[in-house]
Amino acid sequence: MLPIEYYLWFAAALFAIGVAGVLLRRNVIIVFMSIELMLNAVNVTFIAFSRQMNNIDGQIFVFFVMTLAAAEVAVGLAIIVAMYRNKKSINVQDMNLLKW
Amino acid sequence: MTESLFFIFATMAIVSALTVVVTRNPIYSAVSLVITLFSLAGIFLLLEAYFLAVVQIIIYAGAIMVLFLFVIMLLNPGKEAKFLSLTDPRTLIVTLLSIAFIGMIFSLVSGSVNYIGEVMGSVEELGTTRNIGLTLFTKYLLPFEIASLLLLVALVGAVLMTKRNLR
Repeated sequence: MLPIEYYLWFAAALFAIGVAGVLLRRNVIIVFMSIELMLNAVNVTFIAFSRQMNNIDGQIFVFFVMTLAAAEVAVGLAIIVAMYRNKKSINVQDMNLLKW
Repeated sequence: MTESLFFIFATMAIVSALTVVVTRNPIYSAVSLVITLFSLAGIFLLLEAYFLAVVQIIIYAGAIMVLFLFVIMLLNPGKEAKFLSLTDPRTLIVTLLSIAFIGMIFSLVSGSVNYIGEVMGSVEELGTTRNIGLTLFTKYLLPFEIASLLLLVALVGAVLMTKRNLR
């Protein structure tokens, strides 16, 4: 097996791309996709350490992260559709109802 | 063999993840995200997490991406008016910060390689469906039930959210 550092570096790069996507893009669907990228980067780290430590708990955690991601996407996309119905826009900067 | 496969999958994942962020058309972003998720499933296979590799393809590339594509086509948002430009200071700052973050993790991991140590024991059978199931239904039974409750709440919430008149 490859040394675990390769997997950690790869996960860090993927996570950074996800963060950049959340900060740079204004399309809320793309922001959601970037959040999925970050979740997946963390999953890679979990599985790499699970393999390294010969311990299955990390993989169980990844299973729960996937469950959470599915729930999050379902609710989040429903919110996006509801917002689009009211505002006719999926730009993040138009969603400022709660802004003080 | 493992090494070259890792580099192929990692390059595919990184390039398509970058495409998700920098491309202008949301449909292209969604398709690139599918490619990223498939490459990640390959990397999970290299790490001998067989069950999670299959679940990754079924749930992420199957269910979640279909949901994304459905919403993109439903809303048909078109292209963004103000798009990433290299002259925008915000773009430069975020890019530099991301590169700094990657560099930080690189040096942190390289500095602690000695503490991570060798791979422990024989790990032939770690990520099989049998092992995952045994652990999930004994040690993690309560979190598993709570996760099912979470999915139920998400289901009800998503249906409620799309109702036209919430009153």
